[in-house]
Amino acid sequence: MLLIRCPYCEEERPELEFRNAGEAHIARSANIAGENEDDFEKFFFIRSNPKGVIYERWRHIHGCARFFNAVRDTVTDKFVMTYKAGEPKPAKLPGASK
Amino acid sequence: MNAAFRISGAGRLSQAKTASFSFDGKSYSGIEGDTLASALLANGVHLVGRSFKYHRPRGFLSAGAEEPNALVQIVRDDARKTPNVRATVQELYDGLTANSQNRWPSLAFDVGAVNDLASPLFSAGFYYKTFMWPKSAWKNLYEPKIRAAAGLGVSPDKPDPDHYAARYAHCEVLVLGGGAAGIAAALAAAETGVRVILADEHAEFGGSLRFESGAKIDGENGYAWAQSAVARLKAMDNVRVLSRTTAFGYYAQNFVGLVERVSDHVKNPGRELARERLWQVRAGRVVIATGAIERHMVFANNDRPGVMLASAARTYLNHYGVAVGKNVGVYTANDSAYAAAIDLKKAGVNVAAIVDLRDNPTGPVIDEARALGIEVNFGRAVIRAGGKLRVSSMTVQPKNGGGERTIPVDAILMSAGWTPSVHLFSQSRGKVAFNDETKRFVPGTYAQDCISVGACNGTDGLAASVDEAYAAGAKAAKDSGGKAGKGAKPKVDAGESWSRGMLGAAPGAGPDTTVKAFVDFQNDVTAKDIRQAVHEGMHSIEHVKRFTTNGMATDQGKTSNMHGLAIAAETLGKPIPQVGLTTFRAPYTPVTFGSIVGHARGALFDPTRRTATHGWAASQGAVFEDVGHWKRAWYFPKAGEDMHAAVDRECVTVRKVGGLFDASTLGKIEVVGPDAAKFMELLYTNPWEKLETGRCRYGIMLREDGFIYDDGVVGRLAPDRFHVTTTTGGAPRVMNHMEDYLQTEFPHLNVWLTSITEQWAVIAVQGPKSRDIIAPLVEGIDMSDEALPHMSVREGKICGVPTRLFRMSFTGERGFEVNVPADYGEAVWEALWAEGQKHGATAYGTESMHVLRAEKGYIIVGQDTDGTVTPNDAGLDWAVGKKKTDFVGIRGLARSDLVAKGRKQLVGLKTKDPKVVLEEGAQIVDDPKQPIPMKMIGHVSSSYWSENCGRSIALALVAGGRDRMGETLYVPMPNGTIEVEVTGMVFVDEKGEHLNG
Repeated sequence: MLLIRCPYCEEERPELEFRNAGEAHIARSANIAGENEDDFEKFFFIRSNPKGVIYERWRHIHGCARFFNAVRDTVTDKFVMTYKAGEPKPAKLPGASK
Repeated sequence: MNAAFRISGAGRLSQAKTASFSFDGKSYSGIEGDTLASALLANGVHLVGRSFKYHRPRGFLSAGAEEPNALVQIVRDDARKTPNVRATVQELYDGLTANSQNRWPSLAFDVGAVNDLASPLFSAGFYYKTFMWPKSAWKNLYEPKIRAAAGLGVSPDKPDPDHYAARYAHCEVLVLGGGAAGIAAALAAAETGVRVILADEHAEFGGSLRFESGAKIDGENGYAWAQSAVARLKAMDNVRVLSRTTAFGYYAQNFVGLVERVSDHVKNPGRELARERLWQVRAGRVVIATGAIERHMVFANNDRPGVMLASAARTYLNHYGVAVGKNVGVYTANDSAYAAAIDLKKAGVNVAAIVDLRDNPTGPVIDEARALGIEVNFGRAVIRAGGKLRVSSMTVQPKNGGGERTIPVDAILMSAGWTPSVHLFSQSRGKVAFNDETKRFVPGTYAQDCISVGACNGTDGLAASVDEAYAAGAKAAKDSGGKAGKGAKPKVDAGESWSRGMLGAAPGAGPDTTVKAFVDFQNDVTAKDIRQAVHEGMHSIEHVKRFTTNGMATDQGKTSNMHGLAIAAETLGKPIPQVGLTTFRAPYTPVTFGSIVGHARGALFDPTRRTATHGWAASQGAVFEDVGHWKRAWYFPKAGEDMHAAVDRECVTVRKVGGLFDASTLGKIEVVGPDAAKFMELLYTNPWEKLETGRCRYGIMLREDGFIYDDGVVGRLAPDRFHVTTTTGGAPRVMNHMEDYLQTEFPHLNVWLTSITEQWAVIAVQGPKSRDIIAPLVEGIDMSDEALPHMSVREGKICGVPTRLFRMSFTGERGFEVNVPADYGEAVWEALWAEGQKHGATAYGTESMHVLRAEKGYIIVGQDTDGTVTPNDAGLDWAVGKKKTDFVGIRGLARSDLVAKGRKQLVGLKTKDPKVVLEEGAQIVDDPKQPIPMKMIGHVSSSYWSENCGRSIALALVAGGRDRMGETLYVPMPNGTIEVEVTGMVFVDEKGEHLNG
């Protein structure tokens, strides 16, 4: 069972309290109604599914109920970091070599 | 009286404490502290089972958890018949009853053994080849026969009466394995003051010190040192010591699953004792000290009862005081078997000969064996074992061929070397590395905060293991915040050390032979099978494993994996690391379902949600149905009524008079804040800004893809306050969907969302008399049609308690939904019921609710929609705000497929024969004469007998449905094709006059 740090509660809590909510940093267009087919396809259907570092959303559903972002390595399942919803994608990851 | 093979003066059990037990109906005597295996061996019993595929007689291979052969059924009573218990692990208690498995009619004479003679039929992959043809025979002949023949043991035929405990635990240092290394690591960590858990699968700590007679630590005999060290650990407040506890799974972030056998060794465990206890431990650091497992030699008939691992024979002697034979042979490729021979010889057992595959080994154990007068043969192989139900001889030949010599023996002790137990390391996602010099896989790259020490790390020798373990324990404690320890490192005065050995088939079982030289005893896989798999094209070890089933039995290949790998590599002509090792997976040893399930059974399996009127409904004889976690009243049968009669009566009474229905399970969410209307505009397709306070609207929620996600009536209580209802099943996900958008897409909106499902009980009062039923109880609300028109909401009081009174209808009749605080739900229901009775109203359940809404063509999301239905498909286009510039799903709705012609649309269906009720889910075609497979153009989504219409009614999703009004379509069913006519969706009161009736 994973241990996940909720950036709002500022605590590591067991995975049971959380629910994954898919890939992060996929912005919904402010003019979504006028979006062309290709852009809507990218927004709604296309996900990166990487081997390695993924930016994803989690919700502390059985805790503070907040959605937040996390950086996780899909190979080791290790969380690199978590940060609040709305914060930008971190430019540099802690412990990253480049 | 001593059993025949118990040697007085040997072993550590107190001979005074006897325990009687039975095996296959015969009574024996053992000693407390015995395992079932040691007790049977003390009585000279080696034959204990039949093998899985060939039904070959089998005995004990090992003295521990790696045992592949000696699987027995332990019977306490009808409900407690545990199959596949390893006799080498099961501790003896007075009165224990065990039976052998996989034999008929008896262990010594087993009809299934004909499989052994027919073995050419059963070679590797035989399932895939033999049972292919004819196709129909699979279902009727092969599968039933295989199912009857396969599987070991008998399942209990009553529910498990035992209970299983569960504990969570946290510690800085978790030590897995309580041999010399594990104890040393635990001591080092414990002395720093951090929390330490030490777990071992055996009843006693000590690991290989149980049999290593020469070990000496801190001036004590090795095993005695282990006991006193563990006693010291137990006395420390920061240490938890768990015996009989197997670490079966190593999960993410040092989360380790352990199962403790609490009472399987107890004669009559009381109710206060759980059978097992599941420990879920989160550890800062894990020290893996799981030791090594001895491998057998792969030669012909190496599975005969009496042929066993040298370390097992040594354990039976040095720990249990049992000789495994009177005249034993030894077959080895490394030094460790010599120690077994020496110990047995010293205990008075004749050692007929040691056969050593190596050419000219030297060393003190070899000298000592010779000095004791044991015949030692180098460069020779045992090419076959004689005997059937028990080994009777070993045939020896120079390893490069030559004259054979047969030596009579009653047991063969074998050792091909030791395999480090990297199972838990591998489960932790660590990568193993192959050491070419020692020919073994050892921990390589670590993925988690753990460290392997001792034999499981490929460290040879007691002194080196203890040194390494002590340092690792101290470091693990320091890294997780421990202070400097003040204890002293245990000093190893004497210990044994061995390494090397051989992998793969021994001479006499090589590629040119067809002998049965077993690699995997439990799944009956021979060296020949593995070679055959490679020859038939399985070049990856993962394929070889699955084709032959090598290592796939419940022992998970603890003794067989390395041999299998080596034979595959040799056949492929590749080095071992290029062929690779299969991945180790949890559980390390079999885990009962009981320990995983724990208390989550029966009433505690899943929560049950009951509404405020549950007790009343039950007292009225309601039949309940499960809707999610809810128990909902399904229908209220009167005496003599079946479900149909009850539902017909309820439906007719509601339309003629009135009815009461508990709608409390509907999801309810309060959307509050200055931007509440803006938020509603974004989450629902409808316009909300202009909805007046006190009015309601039917809302549709889409996902971003444009498909219907949920629906419900929404009332505006104030400019900044909406009372939103959702479907019963959709409540949690709708709340999550709303929170998601509010928190992440529209965080600028000042809105609060609160689930109020549990706070309000909802009583629907429907029918022409509904106002008359409610009015006498209501205070402060004008109930006239002018003041409270259809689709409006007022706050006031009913029966003196606060209410949110909705005028709305899910039946098409004049209707109200009375919301009251849940604690008053039952009282208000009873008051309304008393009023309703004056008019002849009925209580109705969910079945009538479904029929009544279908009569009006009202959809149920999830029944008439399936996640691919748009508002337009459902005939609800009017609910989509055409002037809106944004809402969730607005772009999805414009996708080319969603606006294409010919989409499935919701329509009504009437069967030509009004008495025929269609089956929900039935497929619809437009030409019943077309060849099969027919083109399906839709399906029935709702179908009922409508007593109000005097006929059956149905809703269906049909391609281009609304352009087919009046067309005849066909529903092919097994008993003939049903003709239907496409109609509108409203079957009762098309003009909607009843709403004010």
